Amino acid sequence: MEKYRIDPSKGLEFGIYTLGDHIPDPHTNERISAQQRIHEIIELAQLAEQAGIDFFSVGESHQEYFATQAHSVVLSAIAQATEKIKIASSSTIISTSDPVRVYEDFATIDLISKGRTEIIAGRASRVGLFDLLGYNLRDYEELYEEKLELLLQINEEKVVNWSGKFRAPLRDAEVIPRPQNGSMPIWRAVGGPPASAIKAGYAGVPMFLANLGGPATSFKYSVDAYREAARQNGFDPSELPISTAGFFYAAETTQQAQKEVYPHVNQGMTLINGRGYPKQQFAQSSDTRDVMNVGSPQQIIEKILYQHELFGHQRYIGQMDFGGVPFDKLMKNIELIGNEILPAIKKYTAKK
Amino acid sequence: MKIVLLSGSKVGSKTRTAIDYTKKSITEKYPSAQTSLIDLAEYEMEFSDGRNYLEYEGDTGYVTKTIMEADAVIIGTPIFQASIPATLKNIFDLLPVDALQHKVTSILVTAGSPKHYLIAENQLKPILGYMKAQIVQTYVFVEEREFHRKEITNDDVLFRIDRLVEDTVVLTETYTKIREEKEAAYGF
Repeated sequence: MEKYRIDPSKGLEFGIYTLGDHIPDPHTNERISAQQRIHEIIELAQLAEQAGIDFFSVGESHQEYFATQAHSVVLSAIAQATEKIKIASSSTIISTSDPVRVYEDFATIDLISKGRTEIIAGRASRVGLFDLLGYNLRDYEELYEEKLELLLQINEEKVVNWSGKFRAPLRDAEVIPRPQNGSMPIWRAVGGPPASAIKAGYAGVPMFLANLGGPATSFKYSVDAYREAARQNGFDPSELPISTAGFFYAAETTQQAQKEVYPHVNQGMTLINGRGYPKQQFAQSSDTRDVMNVGSPQQIIEKILYQHELFGHQRYIGQMDFGGVPFDKLMKNIELIGNEILPAIKKYTAKK
Repeated sequence: MKIVLLSGSKVGSKTRTAIDYTKKSITEKYPSAQTSLIDLAEYEMEFSDGRNYLEYEGDTGYVTKTIMEADAVIIGTPIFQASIPATLKNIFDLLPVDALQHKVTSILVTAGSPKHYLIAENQLKPILGYMKAQIVQTYVFVEEREFHRKEITNDDVLFRIDRLVEDTVVLTETYTKIREEKEAAYGF
């Protein structure tokens, strides 16, 4: 775990992530400017740090209703504005980027942040960026596998010799600058059925598992399949961290939390995926066994501890700003996390 | 209420003829309903390539978005090689998971042989069920011999289509009302 800068004795790490969506507030139908949104994301990272939150990450989406296409640039501003919180991408779409450039950028952010930077490499759930950036959608799988492999190789080896299908070969190439400690944590973003988790396990790469909603036990299959695949391929699963990622929203009561956040989630899903979030399914999120961490602080604590017992994961990150949630609500969430949720989670998951 | 009438094939005219009558029946009995008729013979559709439906442009984007905005979809389909035509299956493939949730769907089949009667039951309903549609269980099955020069010649077929229209509207109204009441009760 040390390689991935995780100290299990300190308990479950808690983080916040944003996709950098830029969506009108459904209550007012008004949308802040892209400039304001980006500044608020940077400020949110600072507030998260002040509240003792372990991790903050920003994602990349090249489509309407997003503002952080250049997520590495936003992350470098966050690196400068913060001092101790871990920062990462969530995710970097490695399939449509050059791994050399990605590594240069993130190694630089790691130097700016003095060793706090990580990469989560994904392959995009929406595929419009293939056209925009000049890639063939038919290469969706292979682009991801090949480029992730190269990114990992650059991280492990100072001098890289590599050849593949989608990029010019590298001959004794030194990719510089190096991160502060020579390498940095690189995770594989995983969603959907266990097949994707198995690939992460097989490669012995830490897994970031996205889970929007539904019973937590449904995601246990992916966790088990990941560890089993890692074991079968000669890796020690106890050395491989797992993080989960999903919707988060806290308010005084569970009912209030649902009431406040549902219009945002529903509007965000409608604009981005073309289908709202069914109310019936959202209603089930009030059950402790549902994986979506929406509710009162007490309910969320119970949920996260239940998930921790189930998954044995090392980090959870929550998305609480999706769908134009106004900044004062985000500040209130950070306050509830810092004052109530975080201390309880650390208390119950840290090794005594 | 937005009703989409989908004529699912590029071949022949019988499904379109039956769908035209269906539209006329809706317009006469439910003038406030908004109808859109999509005859796939008139559109240049792309095959599904894995994109989200919002990312298709041109005809493909128009057809998928129109269907996604509907409250009810009346699907007209011929039977080819003992199955639904590829043009219709492509529509389902273009749409996202659970695309038909909260929508009512009803089925109108035209076929050359009565041996094809159960194909909608065995092949089309499972797709609609998987996509979470509320299905009008009774469908209309029209044989080739009931058409003559782009007209339906059997009054029984016309009556059955009228009943299908009524069932579609009644189920859509009822289902919408039930859903709205239930959603209001959630309190968020």
